[in-house]
Amino acid sequence: MIKLTNIVKIYKTGDIELRALDGVDLSVDKGEFVAIMGPSGSGKSTAMNILGCLDKASAGEYFLDDLKISEASDNQLAEIRNRKIGFVFQSFNLLPRTSALENVELPMLYSGVGARERKEKALKALSAVGLADRVHHKPNELSGGQQQRVAIARSLVNNPLIIMADEPTGNLDSKSSTEIMSIFQQLNEMGISVILVTHEPDIAKFSKRIVHFKDGLIDSDEIVRNRSIAQGARLNLELTNRVEAAGR
Amino acid sequence: MNFFENIRVAFRGLKSNKLRSALTMLGIIIGVGAVIVMVAIGQGAKASVTNQIQGLGSNLIMVSPGRSNTGGVRGGAGSMSNISMDDVSAIQTNADAVQAVAPVANTQAQVVLGSQNTATQIIGTTPSYAQVRNQPVAMGRFISDKDLKDNAKVAVVGTTVVQDLMGSANANIVGQIIKINRVPFQVIGVLQSKGSSGANNNDDQIIVPLTTAQTRLIGNKSVRTVYVEAKSSDQMNTAYVEIEQILRHRHKLTSSAADDFSITSQTDILSTAEGVTQSLTLLLSGIAAISLLVGGIGIMNIMLVSVTERTREIGIRKAIGAKRRTIMFQFLIEAVVLSALGGLLGILFGFGGSSLLNRFAGMTSQMSASSVVMAFIFSAAIGIIFGVFPAQKASKLDPIEALRYE
Repeated sequence: MIKLTNIVKIYKTGDIELRALDGVDLSVDKGEFVAIMGPSGSGKSTAMNILGCLDKASAGEYFLDDLKISEASDNQLAEIRNRKIGFVFQSFNLLPRTSALENVELPMLYSGVGARERKEKALKALSAVGLADRVHHKPNELSGGQQQRVAIARSLVNNPLIIMADEPTGNLDSKSSTEIMSIFQQLNEMGISVILVTHEPDIAKFSKRIVHFKDGLIDSDEIVRNRSIAQGARLNLELTNRVEAAGR
Repeated sequence: MNFFENIRVAFRGLKSNKLRSALTMLGIIIGVGAVIVMVAIGQGAKASVTNQIQGLGSNLIMVSPGRSNTGGVRGGAGSMSNISMDDVSAIQTNADAVQAVAPVANTQAQVVLGSQNTATQIIGTTPSYAQVRNQPVAMGRFISDKDLKDNAKVAVVGTTVVQDLMGSANANIVGQIIKINRVPFQVIGVLQSKGSSGANNNDDQIIVPLTTAQTRLIGNKSVRTVYVEAKSSDQMNTAYVEIEQILRHRHKLTSSAADDFSITSQTDILSTAEGVTQSLTLLLSGIAAISLLVGGIGIMNIMLVSVTERTREIGIRKAIGAKRRTIMFQFLIEAVVLSALGGLLGILFGFGGSSLLNRFAGMTSQMSASSVVMAFIFSAAIGIIFGVFPAQKASKLDPIEALRYE
């Protein structure tokens, strides 16, 4: 589903060239749960940005779901982010002064879903992550774990192929972290691929495969042997989502 | 994302910062309000000046003698007395475009009634004066051809004169004998009040037959001014040329000699006055337009601040799938909503302002629909013009950097 071939990313500041990625090859299949690890400056965030279609590589080829991302225009990238990728960030990145419901509706606003359907789907997604009683709360009225769950609900509403999570537990306590990882594991079981950037080995253990970056290259790529299973509330996500996902 | 949702998002953005939005709008409100009030004042001034000039009579042309020039000493306009009654009748009979002619000889005189007295303007003229100068009587009758022929000592008085002599403008003066320069005149009518035009009080005058004025009050046969009414406004120019030709011919002027009389038409006065009020309106609305421009710059300023402040929001929206165009529209619509809403409120302010002026400052301001529409369109356009730059800035933000922005 994802195929990176010889991806190079160069940042130029004045005369100094920084090769953040120096020829990365990586493929991720549908239904995988990959953790990307590495020290800061290893290129893992750059890789995440390119995988998430937020940034374009300086050289190399990137295919996502048979689309050649490396040659897409800005508008096409926006559309791909909207329809195929769900983002979860370390700092949640919810719109301030905007209710949980409206935050979750936002991606559908940009994909042209009608008002009624938008609200219905947003409510479903919020109750799936256990926030049915918090839909009208603003981000500053929610705990970190709750905010991250709103962000996950937001990433789900357009039935993405893949969820990109950039240090999703970085700002959370261990209990909330486990809850969030439980949600990711359950989503993964439903067939959604998850790519997770983290520097915490404990969190990486929840994934199925760990890719280590070092100096802009993949250092190691191995299957997780004794995988942790997060104990959390069962995800109450209805089958309709999966049916729609499969019917695409 | 459709248009209405864009507007909804824009309103939400503005609502989240109410005070700032209100203050930004204030610039536009003041600008639009000022434009509307200023144009209303200009229009009102124009209307009242036009009204006063129209009140002189309709399709009016004034002929007066030229300046005297005795041994190099130049007199003022009308100081010569070279327009005779024969000139007047020549104009009356020979000029085709002329409807009526009213020669006037006037003087200042002391008027006495019983123990009261006043100094006023005495106008000696013919019966056609009532028509030519649009001066009907409110009570009694105007002077007649018979009065003129008989040198009758009769007078039609203005309401200010009645007020001065009787103590009340409504007192019945018809039938009383007043003394003008010690000559007794019988009052036969009262002029309808016209109010003053400029420094000239149209109600402070007494009209007597021309012949009586010339023989009893002035002592010579000269005519000071001839008021001519053209048959229609289209024939004003023809009448003007005809009168000039007739007088030049009768005064035996060679083709190289200058006119020894002057002709002024109402349209000349009107266009001069209109020119003045026009430039007044332009000046006032120019100043107001500058304040509108300043309001527009205020909008741009606030939108730029808003874009910087909401960099992260823009990043989130872009990451989630908003296209450049969508972000651009969001901020552009915010700017337009600000300015258009300000425009609407400004129109209300303009309405309020000009009716306050009418009520309390005694000004006649006239709101015109065109200025309202113009002001609104202009303010919305200002929103677009000054909103484009910040909106473009927002739409060009790089999502990764925008997301990283603290």
